[in-house]
Amino acid sequence: MSSVPASAFLALALILFCIGLYGALTKRNTVIVLISIELMLNAVNINLVTFSKYGMTPSITGQIFALFAICVAAAEASVGLAILIALYRTKKTVNIDEMNTMKN
Amino acid sequence: MTFSGEFLAFMGLALVAIIGGVLLLNLTKVVHMVVALIFTFVAIAGIYVLLSAEFIAAVQILIYSGAITIIMLFGIMLTKHDDESEPKTGKWRKILVFLGIVGFAFAVYIGIYNFNIEQVPTTLHENNTMQIGKELYSKYIIPFELTSVLLLVALVGSIILAKNEKKEADSE
Repeated sequence: MSSVPASAFLALALILFCIGLYGALTKRNTVIVLISIELMLNAVNINLVTFSKYGMTPSITGQIFALFAICVAAAEASVGLAILIALYRTKKTVNIDEMNTMKN
Repeated sequence: MTFSGEFLAFMGLALVAIIGGVLLLNLTKVVHMVVALIFTFVAIAGIYVLLSAEFIAAVQILIYSGAITIIMLFGIMLTKHDDESEPKTGKWRKILVFLGIVGFAFAVYIGIYNFNIEQVPTTLHENNTMQIGKELYSKYIIPFELTSVLLLVALVGSIILAKNEKKEADSE
């Protein structure tokens, strides 16, 4: 039994998710946008692990799901970095405002 | 509410995590932002230990504060690493985004602030890694194998994307 209520963990995950969302929407450097998305995925993982411990039928399934989410996040980060480097080679910038080739 | 050791540990870890996130938003140099985020990742690993998920905590430290941070630092070093990420965007846009996120946070917080979920004693902390291994290799074997395919595709795809194709273009 834990003395910390489940809503405390959920509130922490909510705050981290909002920080990540704000960073992803306002930062101009593409690397920082990618790492803010990683922060959002991390906040969701906290929720998954919380609900694997709390509730009527606690089970290990939430932790397994968090493992899969971490795995997919790692794959996403590597492909995102590769796209970023290919884009930097052609456009010589990492500013997200100048990556508007598909806009017009 | 009693101030037990677990509660104090939770408060400390949550504070470190949120401070890391706020530093990510407020620092000016890009490298410093990534280093500030390492604090957040390590604190989240501590949160996992509190939630009796020791294996996830170890994976978190290995993957996030190890691998992903280093890969992001490489991404910064290989691109323009000397730019101070300047706030050239309009102030109105930032304010609008901030207000939208505050509204979102408030809406979700209404749902969770009085969330009294029942707690029953668990055995998650006993032989945590063994339990995960047993489930992973019996019940979740097909997703596990599909994950290996996903990682292979990501490996090949990122190599092909980031490969320097200048030599091929010259020879043609």
